[in-house]
Amino acid sequence: MLSRRTLLGTTAVLAAPAIVRAQPAPIRIGEINSYSAIPSFTLPYRNGWQLATDEINARGGVLGRKLEVISRDDAGKPQDTIRLAGELLDEQKVDILAGGYLSNVGLALSDFAAQRKCLYVAGEPLSDALVWEKGNRTCFRLRPSTYMQAAMLVEEAAKLPAKRWVTVAPNYEYGLSTVKWFKALLSAKRPDVEWVGEQWPALGKIDAGATAAALAEAKPDAILNVTFGPDLTNFVRQGNTRGLFENRSVVSVLTGEPEYLEPLGDETPVGWIVTGYPQEQVTTKANQAFIAAYKARFEKVPGMGSVVGYTLIQSIAAGIAKAGALDLDKLVDGFSGATFDSPFGSAAYRSLDHQGTLGTFVGTTALKDGKGTMVDWRYANGADYLPTDQVVKSLRPNAG
Amino acid sequence: MSFLVIQFLTGLSSSVSLFLTAAGLTVIFGVTRVVNFAHGSLFMLGAYIGWTILTRLPHDPVWFVAGIAATALAVAAIGAALETTLLRRLYHAPELFQLLATFGVMLVIQDATLLLWGPNDLPLPRASWLRGFVTILDSRFPLYDLVLIAIGPFVLVSLLLLLSRTRFGMLIRACTENRDMAAALGIDQRLLSTTIFALGAGLAGLGGALILPDTSANTQMDLSVIVEAFVVVVVGGMGSVGGAFLASLLIGELQAFGIVFFPHATLVLIFVIMAAVLTIRPNGLLGDIPLTAPNQTTRILFTRPSPTLFWLGGAVVALAAATPFWLPPYWLSVETEVLIAALFASGLHLMMGPGGMISFGHAAWFGIGAYASALSLKMLAAPMPLALLAAPVATGATAALFGWFVVRLSGVYLAMLTLAFAQIVWAVATQWTWLTGGDDGILGVWPSGPVPFFWWVLALTAIAIWLLQRVIRSPYGLALMAARDSEPRALSIGLQPERLRMVAFALSGAAAGLSGGLFAFKTGSVFPTYVAVGKSVDGLLMVLLGGIDTAIGPIVGAIAYTGLYDLLLQTVSLWRMALGLTIIALVLLFPDGLAGRWRRS
Repeated sequence: MLSRRTLLGTTAVLAAPAIVRAQPAPIRIGEINSYSAIPSFTLPYRNGWQLATDEINARGGVLGRKLEVISRDDAGKPQDTIRLAGELLDEQKVDILAGGYLSNVGLALSDFAAQRKCLYVAGEPLSDALVWEKGNRTCFRLRPSTYMQAAMLVEEAAKLPAKRWVTVAPNYEYGLSTVKWFKALLSAKRPDVEWVGEQWPALGKIDAGATAAALAEAKPDAILNVTFGPDLTNFVRQGNTRGLFENRSVVSVLTGEPEYLEPLGDETPVGWIVTGYPQEQVTTKANQAFIAAYKARFEKVPGMGSVVGYTLIQSIAAGIAKAGALDLDKLVDGFSGATFDSPFGSAAYRSLDHQGTLGTFVGTTALKDGKGTMVDWRYANGADYLPTDQVVKSLRPNAG
Repeated sequence: MSFLVIQFLTGLSSSVSLFLTAAGLTVIFGVTRVVNFAHGSLFMLGAYIGWTILTRLPHDPVWFVAGIAATALAVAAIGAALETTLLRRLYHAPELFQLLATFGVMLVIQDATLLLWGPNDLPLPRASWLRGFVTILDSRFPLYDLVLIAIGPFVLVSLLLLLSRTRFGMLIRACTENRDMAAALGIDQRLLSTTIFALGAGLAGLGGALILPDTSANTQMDLSVIVEAFVVVVVGGMGSVGGAFLASLLIGELQAFGIVFFPHATLVLIFVIMAAVLTIRPNGLLGDIPLTAPNQTTRILFTRPSPTLFWLGGAVVALAAATPFWLPPYWLSVETEVLIAALFASGLHLMMGPGGMISFGHAAWFGIGAYASALSLKMLAAPMPLALLAAPVATGATAALFGWFVVRLSGVYLAMLTLAFAQIVWAVATQWTWLTGGDDGILGVWPSGPVPFFWWVLALTAIAIWLLQRVIRSPYGLALMAARDSEPRALSIGLQPERLRMVAFALSGAAAGLSGGLFAFKTGSVFPTYVAVGKSVDGLLMVLLGGIDTAIGPIVGAIAYTGLYDLLLQTVSLWRMALGLTIIALVLLFPDGLAGRWRRS
């Protein structure tokens, strides 16, 4: 007669291989972002990476293993980012680190990952330093950098007749770096351009009326705007009422992204040259499929953050698949030159500086049914807006 | 010429919302002595509730006014509810404890707002009359800004009339000048406190609703307004409505013209002005009541601890020294962080407890220490022990110098001057890019390995905390407490209170500096966020949570707060609400701080 223990034991032995076969340990990705500090961008971003993870797992995962994303909120503080990254590595045993929104968080994560010999894939941080002067072997970055965004806009700005330019940008790394590159690149193409004024409002604290009046006082032909979010809404409203944008050209970074365009509503200024994402207007198969899947799941149209989150995970899956293993050297080799699909089409991580070639859309703003939208847009491929390899090598001194 | 006029008018209009918010803060402080950290949240609620109401009303001026009034009333009701359910229970707790509670409320409201209104910025569509403009000297000026310019003086005059011509105003003035006397005369303080809280909250709500035609309601506006409102209140003189008006005008104009001449320095300008005003007029522009340090209900002397406690402390350190052998790496890093926080809080406690001086800007010393260590490592290639030594030396010296300037101030004014200094340090850290790396910070400040580094941290924090404890119980510590409890008597027996406080400043700063230096190596990097207001608030929370009147309070508070924060941040998505509710619960359950309850029982 079989005792109960034997019976249970036998069942366990029989069942065990099945369990192992059905569930090989997932590949764990530790993801950190400023969810509570910048919800308007990061919540659509979270939807994006969730969608991508589920799609990849439905196809059977990567290297025969599922992907598992373990996500943390850094509250916008780089020091919390470091601690949480430690927790993800030591407690959760993640294989790859990913995420970041603010440039300083991205740089902190990159330095930490290099120290701990772990791969880090940056999604949103735009700082050039991430791949250039502070670039290192273990860090890859997805989005077009401030240099690339500036280069894309300069291409259009150089065609304008405007000679007298002013700039307005938030007073921190992103604003400073964008203005620096825009000025350098435009002056190189158009030596006749004059820079007649600049405004540096503190992030989130713009005194918009005073800023608009001070810019107008410089009598410019054209304005470069780098403000975004609540600052942008405030600036646009004061500028509209005070006639700042009338008979002037405006070039504006990121303003075409739905997260920043939508709050402008029926006050969206017409004819600004912007980088952004014209959502459903982009009729490529990849983009339409992405939007349909996103809508089906979240009942919303995706924003730029959604694209970044979605593509981040797609690119990680592609990198791992190309690497074929999860040890650091294999991963770095695998990610270098890995091509991946995005809603904007195919892109790759350059082996030269680990910068992604994902591009963005350049177009002009317009009003349609009381809402802001982008018209006359084209896709600017990131690969076309980078300095020569020689220059990049000199900008990236410390990394192989 | 026309530009100057336009810029002047712009400055006037942008000061109005700030004035309303600050006026609310100042009347609340005047009567209840509550430093209301949640005031920025009430301002934010004003914007969100205003958005909800105004988007549903017809777009003409009459409905606009009705909607704004309804918003102010709604926020006033929230304020009254806050006072009756929470703050009323805390008037008998040591002062500043309410600050802790209102900080908890702020955290709860942040997440509640996110839940109720979602993450997106909410712009109020502007009706055509809100887009109108008038032409002044060939320049266009928004009509709505003219309306705002009129609202400011209107509210000012109404408030002044209310205060000077009505019985209610008389009671408010009586309570502002002398609460105990007013109570002895039979004035119902409970009703008055509730009413005044509602009034103050209503003003904040009004301020929040009135900015809607200019900017969208967003989740970051509470923090950005609260610090500025504090500055206005202090520069104007605590409790003075007229002073708040003058100060907000000053700041509005300063920003309007400041951006023309110093477009890069907008961050630092207002704090430089605040420091200048307080140095010349220690009670603010119109403040006539010299506010002394908050008179704690029970101020105790720290006496010699029993030898048992000493051996107990030694045993705890010995146990801690063995943890690297069995604790997983992440928990070792949490333990390291707790030790560093305990040192930070212990240093702050020396100032706040025995010294009787409040600091709202202790992050300054933490940050200076962190930068000093990181820079001596990066620029002078100093080895870690030397880089760590640089931190307390640099901060101790700076703090002594700063202390020398400010020790004659007291109470909230002193606290605000420390805040001003911290903000100046923050602005320097953010904008002096070639030295500090700006926002990107200084990276690559790594120690040789986590376990040896842990022993360094344990040894240094244990020695520093032991020294601080010795200082509190030394003759110097007793003299410091004497100066805190009665300055005239201390003077009469030949003590020099100002010098005593300056030393306390330097020691406290050096302790914070060392903890900052250790933290730089712990995270391998230094950022301007180390000097941000949030870090100073963390320190306050740890000291208050642990209990200001016990010597081990700051250590208990540091363990509780750091542990709670780390745990909630990584496990709960609504961590701010959870942390806020926990803080509120702790405040209600342990009105003397965690260690205070333990000592008493």
